[in-house]
Amino acid sequence: MIAQFIFIIVLAAAVYLFSKNVAKIRRNILLGRDVNRSDQPALRWKVMAKVALGQTKMTKRPVAAVMHFFIYVGFIIINLEVLEIMIDGIFGSHRIFSNPLGGLYGFLIGAFEVLAVLVLVACVVFLCRRNLIRLKRFSGTEMTQWPKSDANYILITEVLLMTAFLTMNAADYKLQLLHFEHYVKAGSFPVSSLLAPVLPNNASALVIVERVCWWFHIIGILCFLNYLPYSKHFHILLAFPNTYYSNLNPKGKLTNMASVTTEVKAMLDPSFVPETTGEPGRFGAKDVTDLTWKNLMEAYTCTECGRCTSVCPANITGKLLSPRKIMMDTRDRITEVGNNIDKHGKDYHDGKALLGDYISREEIWACTTCNACTEACPVNINPLEIITELRRYAVMEESQAPASLNNMFGNIENNGAPWKYSQADRFNWASEQ
Amino acid sequence: MENPKSEIKIPTMAEMAAEGKEPEILFWVGCAGSFDERARKITRDICKILHHVGISYAVLGTEEGCTGDPAKRAGNEFLFQMQAMMTIQLLDGYNIKKIVTGCPHCFNTIKNEYPGLGGNYEVIHHTQLIQQLINDGKLKAEGGESFKGKRITYHDPCYLGRGNNVYEAPRAALEFLDTELIEMKRCKSNGLCCGAGGAQMFKEPEPGKKDINMERVADVIEAKAQVVAAACPFCMTMLTDGIKHQDKQQEIQVLDIAEITVKANGL
Repeated sequence: MIAQFIFIIVLAAAVYLFSKNVAKIRRNILLGRDVNRSDQPALRWKVMAKVALGQTKMTKRPVAAVMHFFIYVGFIIINLEVLEIMIDGIFGSHRIFSNPLGGLYGFLIGAFEVLAVLVLVACVVFLCRRNLIRLKRFSGTEMTQWPKSDANYILITEVLLMTAFLTMNAADYKLQLLHFEHYVKAGSFPVSSLLAPVLPNNASALVIVERVCWWFHIIGILCFLNYLPYSKHFHILLAFPNTYYSNLNPKGKLTNMASVTTEVKAMLDPSFVPETTGEPGRFGAKDVTDLTWKNLMEAYTCTECGRCTSVCPANITGKLLSPRKIMMDTRDRITEVGNNIDKHGKDYHDGKALLGDYISREEIWACTTCNACTEACPVNINPLEIITELRRYAVMEESQAPASLNNMFGNIENNGAPWKYSQADRFNWASEQ
Repeated sequence: MENPKSEIKIPTMAEMAAEGKEPEILFWVGCAGSFDERARKITRDICKILHHVGISYAVLGTEEGCTGDPAKRAGNEFLFQMQAMMTIQLLDGYNIKKIVTGCPHCFNTIKNEYPGLGGNYEVIHHTQLIQQLINDGKLKAEGGESFKGKRITYHDPCYLGRGNNVYEAPRAALEFLDTELIEMKRCKSNGLCCGAGGAQMFKEPEPGKKDINMERVADVIEAKAQVVAAACPFCMTMLTDGIKHQDKQQEIQVLDIAEITVKANGL
């Protein structure tokens, strides 16, 4: 009875805290400008099914893809077991699904155990890749202490959770063999039965092991749930909406700025009467609130895997630019803006901005707009859009383009070509041999 | 010139309009194709192909101007839209419906970014045109240099490949010549940029360990290619510079798909 009470309190607190933090992230994302990403729902569902659910873009790196798939499937399917644990916790039952599911229950528990082992293996491999082999992809200027620790905390937590799950099953299995109290024969234990020999034979000790593991596992899961909003691991949730709201245009296409269209039309045709949108705004992005909500959602979706940076031609050749840093900076800045709102109210400005305080001009000007980063991202994040918006601000609001680019602009304006050649010579090629 | 083939008269839209004629397709030459020495040769080669197959085409000549692409990628949306609107006026004035470009950047801009500003055209890149002509049986691989068995690799321009998913047309044009088409380790959607996109062509690179074209040329050398085929005037410049810098001009040729097609057909 007391156990049920404690469980319900802990569960309610965990769910409350989690929803509060998720609501905060949602609020932060919606600080971004509006953009319509709701057209073509059928295609959007398809993209989400393929990219997020089917993980098709992970396959470019097969080892990581297989390992990640183990953890992904393990996570989703073992959640069925968590459902049972929740119900048992609330109603004080034990393995409530075993009766209604009958033989299927045994199969399911067996399958969960196999998955748990696969998750364990994958986590250990991932820990080795990060800490022993030290894959280049997991380092870089933006991979400071916190992002590195974050990754390790996630993997270690998953190892602990799976270990607790298997130990709990092993104790349960042993108690079932002893026909002890309510531990009736239920489930099959292909993996944990192998662990049984290392556990005590005494029934009351086994009950303690089983109960400790049960509580550790479920409280661990609830803590992990509340860790998500602070961690790169939030991608397990945001990957789905983020791919649903993917950019469906060809990658080469950049948005045309409607505010500029109005002004250009007015310039070319004096009789043109612009629609008053009543939205002054600024050209391009100086800070995160000038970006769209989709850019901000992408920042919270990024799991810092570094595939973007590892294929970025600028980064490969030693330039400062790293697409992953663009996303991490955007996320850190929008989180800071959100915290400022919570602390100091809606109209507070800390005098900082994404461009300058987080992302330097040297970074944005190193981009070749080649789209290698957007192609590489397993969850369709687009760092290029943010870079372009920052360039737009630097050029159109600050007139701070590199001098050579200003020359190029001047040439286009004066002679219709980015180089200093006369328009009249444009057709000379036809008379050459 | 004694060679009659070289006396090609390039028709302009203005002349055609004066005669009350409309060509089937506009050849959009682009700034590099008009001014860059190497790209001008490719421009003439594209015209040779158009002549050879007898398509009714024209160019804008001195009326053509920058599409605005480099300005847009560099963040100058004003300048881009000014150029775009003027170009759309010009194209619509000549009632142009179909365009072939010699440059993936012009291709991408006119195809993807002009419709939002009122310019709607069917746009293809010259490698797509070459593929179509081969498929229609209008272009053969005869009468010229044989590329049979030659180790050729193809460098995907970002704005043709990743930007617009055109991966097969240029390769089909090379395979048609019975070449030994080899792929670099980074190819198709994983292709490495030449380093010139996003207005980098017009500025010095930021400080780093090396230039991007050197990184790319290392891929070409590793693939042991005799020819690296390009389909973009900027890639052409970057690859040629990179190969020169590695002192490999004797072993590795950089040729546009149009140049290869012209050579293979002896045009």
